[in-house]
Amino acid sequence: MIEIRFHGRGGQGAVTSAELMARTAIGSGKYAQAFPSFGPERRGAPVTSFLRISDIPIRIREKVYTPNVVVVLDPSIMGVTKVDAGLKDNGLLIINSAKPVEELRRQYGFKQKIATIDALHIALEELKVPITNTVMIGSLSKALGVATPDEVRCHLEERFGPSLASRNQKAFERAYNETKVEG
Amino acid sequence: MSSINSTKPVGIEVSLAIAEAVKLAEVEVVAAYPITPQTHIVEHLSDLVANGELNAEYVPVESEHSALSACIGSSAAGARTFTSTSSQGLMLMAEIVFIAPMLRMPIVMAVANRAISGPLNIWNDHSDVMSIRDCGWIQIFAETGQEATDLSIIAFRIAEDKNVMMPLILNLDGFTLSHFIEPIIFPEADKVKKFLPPYETSHKLDLNNPLSFGLLGGPEVYTEARRDTDLALLNSRSHVQRIFDEFAGAFGRQYRLVETYKTEGAETIIVTIGSISETAMSAVDEMRAVGEKVGLIHIRLWRPFPVVEFRAAVAGAKNLAVVDRHISMGFPEGPVGTEVRALMYHEKERPRISNYVLGLGGRDVTRNHFKYIVEQVKSLGADKRQGGYEMVGVLE
Repeated sequence: MIEIRFHGRGGQGAVTSAELMARTAIGSGKYAQAFPSFGPERRGAPVTSFLRISDIPIRIREKVYTPNVVVVLDPSIMGVTKVDAGLKDNGLLIINSAKPVEELRRQYGFKQKIATIDALHIALEELKVPITNTVMIGSLSKALGVATPDEVRCHLEERFGPSLASRNQKAFERAYNETKVEG
Repeated sequence: MSSINSTKPVGIEVSLAIAEAVKLAEVEVVAAYPITPQTHIVEHLSDLVANGELNAEYVPVESEHSALSACIGSSAAGARTFTSTSSQGLMLMAEIVFIAPMLRMPIVMAVANRAISGPLNIWNDHSDVMSIRDCGWIQIFAETGQEATDLSIIAFRIAEDKNVMMPLILNLDGFTLSHFIEPIIFPEADKVKKFLPPYETSHKLDLNNPLSFGLLGGPEVYTEARRDTDLALLNSRSHVQRIFDEFAGAFGRQYRLVETYKTEGAETIIVTIGSISETAMSAVDEMRAVGEKVGLIHIRLWRPFPVVEFRAAVAGAKNLAVVDRHISMGFPEGPVGTEVRALMYHEKERPRISNYVLGLGGRDVTRNHFKYIVEQVKSLGADKRQGGYEMVGVLE
């Protein structure tokens, strides 16, 4: 079982990211669950969401405390939340940032492997809005090998409708191809 | 939603899956008022009615009191009727909740369980439904999204059964079940039609065969009316299992009134209701792996209480660790703890019973909580009379 925690701000799609990944994984025959850290929903407030993906049925409903992967949708979150809390030693951080990995490591003291993607840049180019969810799941899919662009397509259409789906598909594919994973 | 026309698992939010199941049940009237965390259920039903996918009357009432009043009216007119609520909504509805069973109205109500105020809290525990425990409805707790979906169909079949004719509350944990995206296999529409034929009854308001409902019941009949309602509720127990069995025959998923997990040879049995049972099962797996003789019992049918099935399930256990998600203020144990102790009082071999309250107002319930409980049980002394619930996970 892989456990993933998403950190973002209200309106950026941390919840939608976990949901889309779960739906895609289930659609391709795996077991998955996604849920937000429920609270009053306010645009801009820190938001956490959770995702589990497994080859066998999942029988846990507690939050994710020791993730294999942490996805940071908004770099400013790292200043207010310890995003790597509980992250496994062999875990992975996937960060929306244009900064070099060494600088992020120095600034926040991250010990685990890091992947970066300039998601804001891609989102503004492809979606024309600073919503980074589909970009970040593109990175996550690449890093984990759990969802290909073909597998995610129908779920993007169901979630966003035909016109928005194609732009999101493009954003997903760019991230899938442009994500740089360390080591 | 096109993807539900498939026998393969679909990733869907449990609230939406319940609404889709209610659609498969071909409900005729929905009267509801939105309240977190139930809102997505009736919101999706109103979408289905508005876009023509569900041929039903959707009554957007002005309060929960009106919602259930409208449901009683439509059920009395012979329509298959559904509503849903949570917490404060159920509190506002309470006056009408107690009336439906005596009228024998087979209404189905999903309650997305949420704490009641105060302090104001929108998150999950069982204090809403436990506050109307004695209302006379059949009360079932769903453990998973699949179960909540299946039970949304089964519920109508039970409630409307000629031998039952009682309203039914389907409890599902708010957020920790209602808002999870998880894999769900939808029962096929044609099989649902066979399993759940249209609701037909002569117990209804009919100009050609006039009946009166909800009359004054003075001292000369009130006692008998209450006794008859209780007998009807108690009598539904065997029919609930019969209909669970019929569902298993048609769809392959078997439900029982009391579910056991690794209880064979267990010295300590944890007793739960609702969706924490899954986390508890994983905790049992982890404890069994290191040699702890521990098992789990999950009470699915809460009312009428499955007395015989429960006693059979716990036979041989040395310890019962009963988990509550509600405080019975002013009494040393929670409602589940109290009832389990009462049920076991006359048994020859009485286990030691201890009671744990946890997961109030959305406090996360983890595998570690169940491991802690089992450690606590082992440290209890010989005196079985020592009582009082222990609250697990309190921050000091």
